[in-house]
This record gives sequence, structure tokens and C-alpha cells, in this order.
Amino acid sequence: MSVGAGQAFVLIVQRELCLSFRRPEQLFQPLVFFLIVTTLFPLGLSLQLSQLRDIAPGVLWVAALLSSLLSLDSLFKSDADDGTLEQLALSGQGLTLIVVAKTCAHWLVTGLALVVVSPIVATALDIPTGAFETMMLSLTLGTLTLSWLGAIGAGLTIGLRRGNVLLSLIVLPLATPLLIFGAAATERAISGTSTVGALYFLAALCVFTCTLAPFAATAALRITLE
Amino acid sequence: MNIAPAGLEFEKVHVWRGDRHVLQGVSAHIRPRELLHISGPNGTGKTTLLRVVCGLLRPEQGSVSWLGRSITTFRTEYQAALAYASHEPALKSDLTALENLRFAVGLKRRITADELRAALNRTGVGACADLPARVLSAGQRRRVAMARVLAMNASVWLLDEPYTNLDASGAELLSGLLHAHVEGGGLALVVAHHDLAIPCGIRRLELNS
Repeated sequence: MSVGAGQAFVLIVQRELCLSFRRPEQLFQPLVFFLIVTTLFPLGLSLQLSQLRDIAPGVLWVAALLSSLLSLDSLFKSDADDGTLEQLALSGQGLTLIVVAKTCAHWLVTGLALVVVSPIVATALDIPTGAFETMMLSLTLGTLTLSWLGAIGAGLTIGLRRGNVLLSLIVLPLATPLLIFGAAATERAISGTSTVGALYFLAALCVFTCTLAPFAATAALRITLE
Repeated sequence: MNIAPAGLEFEKVHVWRGDRHVLQGVSAHIRPRELLHISGPNGTGKTTLLRVVCGLLRPEQGSVSWLGRSITTFRTEYQAALAYASHEPALKSDLTALENLRFAVGLKRRITADELRAALNRTGVGACADLPARVLSAGQRRRVAMARVLAMNASVWLLDEPYTNLDASGAELLSGLLHAHVEGGGLALVVAHHDLAIPCGIRRLELNS
């Protein structure tokens, strides 16, 4: 009996989660990086508490973007290196479904994990608890968008030896709007002004990448598989 | 297994790799109950040909058809009907042999853990089912890869140097499995450097540089 797309999606997500939890160091590396970078800024700048709050949104977002980038390289590369990507591509499930499932699983273990630990960082940076909700929502939208942008970059750079450098060069410029509007949303939440505009823009970017990036990433992957 | 007599056909396949004309108009027609033995010196495009046949690589010229239709028109359905074993075993070293099979075969067809264990037992690595692939020897990994092909229950087997790393009993076992597959109405393309001692309709395709 053939396997439906829904079942295949669940199976691939299970596979990715299983692989991630077998390598906990890979799972925790971006999170620890996120925590360390956000701690280094206040130490290096020796700021007053009130000034810390001013730089907090920017520091939080830059650290979140960089730590998300750390794990993007392995999205398709490890499967390509051991030949399992070919097996997935030949599974009869369609490459787009595989790309979507793998990217969703990647976001669960990197993006979502960042969102979950962000209140710890926010507390350390003296962000008021009232702004947590907006900060976590903006990070959710931002990391999801970044995972999709990263999937295109990761698909294009599989075959390259120093692909992670090129991957950063491809993804970071595209992620600039995320940084601007994500930090703006958090900053406005801290100052108590309306965050709607920035959040809507982030949501629009998220919908845009979620709908188009799977096809772009599939095309990139198909080229590199050849 | 039910395959129409049309089988698998590739016609005048040309592939360039940069300036190198790797495949120069290769053609063959394999019907059910037939095995195509592809041989030739290193670097003559045997693996490239298998990748073209399974639809991973698009040839610059020529076509591949399955059941009388070009595979480009129904690539996904065609790929669901084939089992491809590359020259590397393609196992995730952090997953157990059974998990490797479950995640690979489970995308092709619904299969129970018992069926997967049976496939592993048939290739002689049943005892390794719950061991991570990283601790298996090269020969055992090859047998797990063979169990994956077996469990896929596919009509078309595309095997790239499947005898590599296998001991004498493993090679005999593989020949037996290939024989049973072809006798059962399937067809197979096998890249191998030595003669195949399988009592079934073997056709040869020699690639030269």
C-alpha cells in the first residue's frame, strides 16, 4: 500500500527529530551560542541598566539570526554526504514534500528552541516581562522565515566544501528586513507603543517565504543532486 | 509483481560532465525477468548511467522510459516503483539498522517492524537490527542496504557495485536474492566488475571510455 503525503511528512519529521536528539551537542550549540553572545554584549559595553534596555532588541535579534545560521549548513549537507538524500529523493514522495518536512523539523529544533529560551536572555537584558509576548511572537515569525531562506541557501551550497561561508553571504542580506522589523517590534513593545505594523510586516515576510521558498529550495536541491 | 512487457528502456543517452562526454549514446531495453549487467573500466559512466535511469540525473540527450512512457512525465510514480542502492550504503550512522530501514522504506510503502526485521534476517543481519549503523562493519552495512532494497518490494532494482565489501556467503546470498527477484517477474540493472553467476536471463552492457 502506498504512503500518503501526510504520513510521509510525519515520518520525515520523526526522522529529523530522532537524528537531532541522537546528537544533542548539535542541538544545544546554537542555543548556547545565543546565550553567550547576548551575555557578552552587556559585559563588553559596561552599560547602565537603562542603556542596556535600549540595545537589548538589537542584540537579541542579531544573536538569534547568527545562531540560527550555525545549524543551517547541516540541513541537507549531512544527508547529501552519506547518500541518504538520494534515497529520500527517490522515495517517490516528491522532493518538495521532503524539503518542507525537513525545513519544518529544522525550525522545530532550532527556531522554536530559540523562542523558548529567549525569555531567559530577555530577563538578562532587562526587557520588561510585558514585552515578552511580542518578542516571542516576532522571533517565531523571524526564525521561521529564516529557516525557509536558509533552506534555499543550504540547497544551493550542498556541493561546496566551504559552503557555510557562502550560505551566510546568501542568507544574511536577505534576513536584513527580519532584523529591522523584528528589533523594531521588540523595541516598541518595551516602550509600550503599537507593535502591529512591524508584526504584520514580519508575518507578511513569513507567509511570502513559506509559500515560495519550498519551490525555490526544491529547485536548488534538484540542481545540486544532479 | 505485475509489470507490462514494455519494461524499462533507455535510448541514445548522452551525458556530458564539463568537457567530458561520459555517456555517448547508450541504449538498452530490459524486460521483466531480465537482468542487465553493466560493466566497464573505471570512469566510463556506469554510475552516471544508473543515476540517469533512476531519474536523478537528466541526460543532455536521449530518453528513459518505463512501461512505454517517458519517466519525465511521471517521475514520482516511477521512482516509487524502483529500489536504488548506490555504491555507498546510504545509512545514517546515528540511527539503528531497523530505524534506517523504517525511515527509508516507510516512505515507499506501509510496512511493519516485523517485515523489516524479516528483511534484515534474510540478508543475515537480523542480529544487528537494533545496533547503530556506525558500529556495523562495511559488509554488514552493505547487507543492511540490501535488506532495504528487499523490503521496498520494488519492481526495478538498480544496484551499483552491490558485491563490494561482501564476503563469499554474502555474495552468494546477493546472487540468490537477485535470482529470486528476476524469477519473480522483476528486472534489475547491476553494475559489477566480475561475471555474475546467476542462472537467469542476463544481458550485458559494456561501457568503454
